[in-house]
Amino acid sequence: MRKLTVPTLLLAITGVIVFMSHQEYIDLYIQSVIMFMGVNIILSSSFNIVNGYMGEFACGHAGFMAVGAYVTSVINVMLFTDDKVFGAALLPPETAVYLFPFTLLIGGAAAAVAGVLVAIPSFKTRDDYLAIITIAANFIIISTIINIDKIGGARGFMGMKKVLFAMSDSYDIPWILLWVIVFTFGTVFIIRRYVTSTYGKGIIAIKQDEVAAEIMSVNTNRMKLVAFMLSSGLAGIAGGLFAHILGYINPNSFGILKSTECLVMVYLGGMGSLSGSVISAILFTLLLESLRFIIPWMDTAMHYVHLLPDSYELSQVWKWVIIPLILILLMQFRPEGIMGNRELSDIFPKLKKFYSFK
Amino acid sequence: MLASIIQNLFNAFQWGSFYSLIALGYTLVYGVLRLINFAHGDIFMVGAYIAFFIATAILGMAVSLPGWVVLAMVIPLTMILTALVGVSLERIAYRPLRRKGAHRLYVVITALMCGLVLENGNLALLGASRKSFPELVDKVVYTVGDLSMTNLKIGVVFSAILVFIFLHFIVTKTKIGMAMRAISYDKFAVPLMGIPIDTVIVFTFILGSSFAGLAGLLFALSYPILDPYMGAMIGWKAFIAAVVGGIGDIRGAFLGGFLLGFVEILVVAVFPSTYRDLIAFAILMTILCIKPTGMFGVAGTTKI
Repeated sequence: MRKLTVPTLLLAITGVIVFMSHQEYIDLYIQSVIMFMGVNIILSSSFNIVNGYMGEFACGHAGFMAVGAYVTSVINVMLFTDDKVFGAALLPPETAVYLFPFTLLIGGAAAAVAGVLVAIPSFKTRDDYLAIITIAANFIIISTIINIDKIGGARGFMGMKKVLFAMSDSYDIPWILLWVIVFTFGTVFIIRRYVTSTYGKGIIAIKQDEVAAEIMSVNTNRMKLVAFMLSSGLAGIAGGLFAHILGYINPNSFGILKSTECLVMVYLGGMGSLSGSVISAILFTLLLESLRFIIPWMDTAMHYVHLLPDSYELSQVWKWVIIPLILILLMQFRPEGIMGNRELSDIFPKLKKFYSFK
Repeated sequence: MLASIIQNLFNAFQWGSFYSLIALGYTLVYGVLRLINFAHGDIFMVGAYIAFFIATAILGMAVSLPGWVVLAMVIPLTMILTALVGVSLERIAYRPLRRKGAHRLYVVITALMCGLVLENGNLALLGASRKSFPELVDKVVYTVGDLSMTNLKIGVVFSAILVFIFLHFIVTKTKIGMAMRAISYDKFAVPLMGIPIDTVIVFTFILGSSFAGLAGLLFALSYPILDPYMGAMIGWKAFIAAVVGGIGDIRGAFLGGFLLGFVEILVVAVFPSTYRDLIAFAILMTILCIKPTGMFGVAGTTKI
């Protein structure tokens, strides 16, 4: 029975959160924090495949997120809603409930195809040059989106809220919350299965020594292709969910800053540690949200003791000074991150009893 | 037709000079430390702001000085102060990591974060209002036939070429240049030969950052609107230019900068300007696919 502990627990968590938000025991703000947590978990753990397990330095993850976000949103808006650009709904809006996860997966698949853009040059190039390729891929994706006028170009794209309304018209539960939680658990499950499988050991071999792995008959090109595609595909799913949470997307919100956020989360959690990325994604989201309140408090406090001139006000921009500083300090004093190449079960061995798959 | 092509070439020369100047700084640091100094673009931005503050301070003084005297004072002061910023970054952030023998990647992340701290710190301290740089030199337009160029453009191109010659001389002909090359070749054996490794690295940072400061000053003179994020995009692109040239090689960075400038200006001349990044980066990726280590890069062999 013990091997069912984890699935039961996850099911219970999902049920409790969805039930509580349906009954409005938790308000919309906390719901959105939970949803961003889920999206960040998907982002950081999928980024961990490339940066942590495979040991390559990629820094353009937000580009794939953008692909997923745009493809999913465009398909959903086209299929289920009456839109100014795409005309009347192609399918009855009631079907949105059943087809939404599939459109998310299509978005993920499109992002995976975009991942090939990075994967194929990565066969020949390594570390610094690969970093530049991923950054370039990010810029290419963003400026491609800006140049497609049909989906809003630089103005952004909206209409995803209507899809959500169509879904809750069929059955009145917080659908997007449910799907975020389901896909978060699914992502962690897939990555866990992937990196512990015999096949996935290949990417860890690439991290240790690429040439040696090649000699030991690991097909490095294929491993890299699969790893990049899996990583970017999951990022695409995260992007699709992100788009539907906000209801509005803009190409500039998937720029280098977003990629840097992903990097922060991966290195905060520790490379090659799945539980580390999950923990760091949760902590990072909480930190971002708490700074939203802490900074005004600090502003009042510092004005109270006259540390700041009256004309100057601490703004939310300081958030983006504090977070990089935290990471700089982390790199100085604990460069391996919170977990550092260990899973939660390595620290607490008793946890191993509660799940069965290896 | 021909005139417009030549005119675009002139513009490309000027635009490429900025990329070259910044790419030279990237490549210097990379060549010695094998570290992508992602904060370099923001040091360029800091240089532009330092130049702005010095220039306004000097212009605000009681004695009114002619523009070229102010410029002659601003150039060395900016270079010195920007070099100080670069060196303190090295002292605070990179050196402790190097002493600990941390993985290269951690240093790169630190550099990325230092860049973010610099640009957002600037935004938080100085506010979002854009600063406009005072006009120090009178613009003189030379017209030959249909072509027109300003003294500023010529100055920018010439200073880029002079900096390149200077750096090339230092790296290939002087003793400290030899030490720099030696460190990039083998970081562990070099201290055994009695070479003060920290001094050489600080010297590298002084060179790189002071020329980033110079680039910032020249950029502020040519496009007199300053904003905190001006370094970010130019920094990324200069880095890309350095990589295309083959990072770690002075000639590569110089040519790569000009190449990127040419590509961008020519793309803007032919296509709508929103296509600039798309085509420039696509060309870059093609170059890297064909020649994975850049134009002047040498493929390193991996031993097991």
